[in-house]
Amino acid sequence: MTSTGLLARHHVLEQGRSDGPTLLFVHGYGCDQSMWRELVPHFTDDYRVLTYDQAGSGGAEPAAYDPARHSTLSGYADDLLAICAEAGLRDVTVVGHSVSAMIAALAHLQAPEVITRLVLVGPSPRYIDEPPYVGGFSQEDIDELLGSLSSNFLGWANAMAPAIMGVPEQPALGQELTASFCRTDPEIARQFAQVTFLSDTRRELAEVSCPTLVIQCTEDLIAPVAVGEYVRDTIAGSSYALLDNVGHCPHLSVPTETAAAIQSFLEATTDPAHADPGDQPQ
Amino acid sequence: MTGAAERYEQAACGLLTTAPDGLITGVNQTLLTWLGYQRDDVVGKLRLSDFLTRGGRIFLETHYRPQLRLQGLVRELALSLVTADGQRLPVLLNAVTDANDLGAEIQVAILDARERRSYEQELLNARREAVETAQQSAAMARTLQQTLIPDLPPEISGLTTAVVFEPATGEVGGDFYDVFPIGRNEWAVMLGDVSGKGVGAAVVGTLVRHTIRALLTTGDSPAQSLAGLHRVLERDTPEMFCTIAVLHLTRGDSGWTVRMASGGHPPAVRIDQSGQAELVRPAGPLVGAFPNPKFEETSFEITSGDLLVLYTDGITEARRGSDQFGEERLLTALEAGVRDPESTVHRLLAAAMEFQSGDLRDDIAVLALGVP
Repeated sequence: MTSTGLLARHHVLEQGRSDGPTLLFVHGYGCDQSMWRELVPHFTDDYRVLTYDQAGSGGAEPAAYDPARHSTLSGYADDLLAICAEAGLRDVTVVGHSVSAMIAALAHLQAPEVITRLVLVGPSPRYIDEPPYVGGFSQEDIDELLGSLSSNFLGWANAMAPAIMGVPEQPALGQELTASFCRTDPEIARQFAQVTFLSDTRRELAEVSCPTLVIQCTEDLIAPVAVGEYVRDTIAGSSYALLDNVGHCPHLSVPTETAAAIQSFLEATTDPAHADPGDQPQ
Repeated sequence: MTGAAERYEQAACGLLTTAPDGLITGVNQTLLTWLGYQRDDVVGKLRLSDFLTRGGRIFLETHYRPQLRLQGLVRELALSLVTADGQRLPVLLNAVTDANDLGAEIQVAILDARERRSYEQELLNARREAVETAQQSAAMARTLQQTLIPDLPPEISGLTTAVVFEPATGEVGGDFYDVFPIGRNEWAVMLGDVSGKGVGAAVVGTLVRHTIRALLTTGDSPAQSLAGLHRVLERDTPEMFCTIAVLHLTRGDSGWTVRMASGGHPPAVRIDQSGQAELVRPAGPLVGAFPNPKFEETSFEITSGDLLVLYTDGITEARRGSDQFGEERLLTALEAGVRDPESTVHRLLAAAMEFQSGDLRDDIAVLALGVP
């Protein structure tokens, strides 16, 4: 596959300063890279910003999704690294939301020289309680979610190809979309939900050793505070930002506060020896 | 109550307003009635998520809120609400808000979707059953396909064999072949095509294969075996017939003696060392079709460097528009290129497939025997 082939497959979009340090934003279970729309403008002045659609989501080509490859989070981590390789990225800070926070961590462990910093937004290494570990959900809760998804009784009934119908080119972030980009093939939605909500990456989390920021919302049903604190405590030396927000998507609900937390972290962890010539000293 | 207020309260759908975090700021009587709640217990106290199942609450965070935030609009979201007495109420939900205002209220309309839900459930069940049935059929067809050809590729001392067998697209066909020993240095080869397609043809193909096998191993000559086969088909499967070529090979000092009979089958091609191709066409009608068939038998030798090729009409009758692949193209494909059995069968298959752009209307079987 040619390099443009892979990048097009995942609808990789690039903004900001091409000579700036690299930020790669990875959306989680739910919608697509449009989720970053409110957050990304805070970084385009100083950073090279990339976003992409996970296989099976948004504007990613249908062929990008493979039930076998994407039956584990490692498959998604492989995609992430393949995209980094094709785009020639090094020294990347990956901002991962929800399950993609774990995907980013897995990718970092495989290629620590490529992914050198992590921002984990609403992370959870395991959703199902396993006393004494609090994940926030019982097995029955997740069974109910998966059951509802498989019978199509959550979400949108029409199977819609991940490519947005009727829109010849996905517009750059910031423009209005006319299609429902949070729709996805119900079967893929169910499979991705299964991979996400049945995952357990606690062991891998403990191996993460790069500078890491955990962003936690005060009232997050999907990744509650106990889980955010667990992640903070498991990753040695990690930073922790608690944001006053109800919900799972602070980058949409409180984008300014989220951007501020990330910016502080980036400035505090920029190694002057590796700073690009264009960076201003703090 | 004003007219407008009354219309709001008694609307034909549930109406709700919430803050961005889902806190309910307004609700109409229709929805309260459906849910079995009092207004005072809801407004300013409960969130939309409080009326959802656990799965629904997750979905709210992963899909509903982001979509609203980014597009200002959610249409026809299927959810289940939980009423005060614990019942599940299937609904369709629409919501609008001002996507440019982080603090904007959300207007929600909710439709009772019980009938639609049970109809959908029936459709889903029907679809699931249909898919399972189709999968079972496909599995059975594949099993049946296995009975038409030998399990293992034949290995004959003093003879190199190669076979390609390509079933028609989408359906089990009637092509069959077999290669088996009759005695010391004596082998039988058969290749044929039962009329029609599908399970019926495949079953007859198996019958033909085993009938010929039985007849040849108990001493019939190729022509006699075809006569015997004809009686079986006439009696057991009167509406079915087949084409077939039967060969009896006996190893000699410098090669093999081949006795061949044919029942309406395309001619075999014998290519000698110099590349000269010759069609071998012992006379004989379709087997199981017309009464009192007469089957001729031909005898010839094949020696070192010779190649003998058998095939079914899936090759010669491959179509491109109104054109057929035909014998000429067959001979061209056979004479060109390397003349070992393996390359030959693949070359011929490729030529026929390319001719009909990969869409196989009929099975293709090609068998080549070469004397090293």
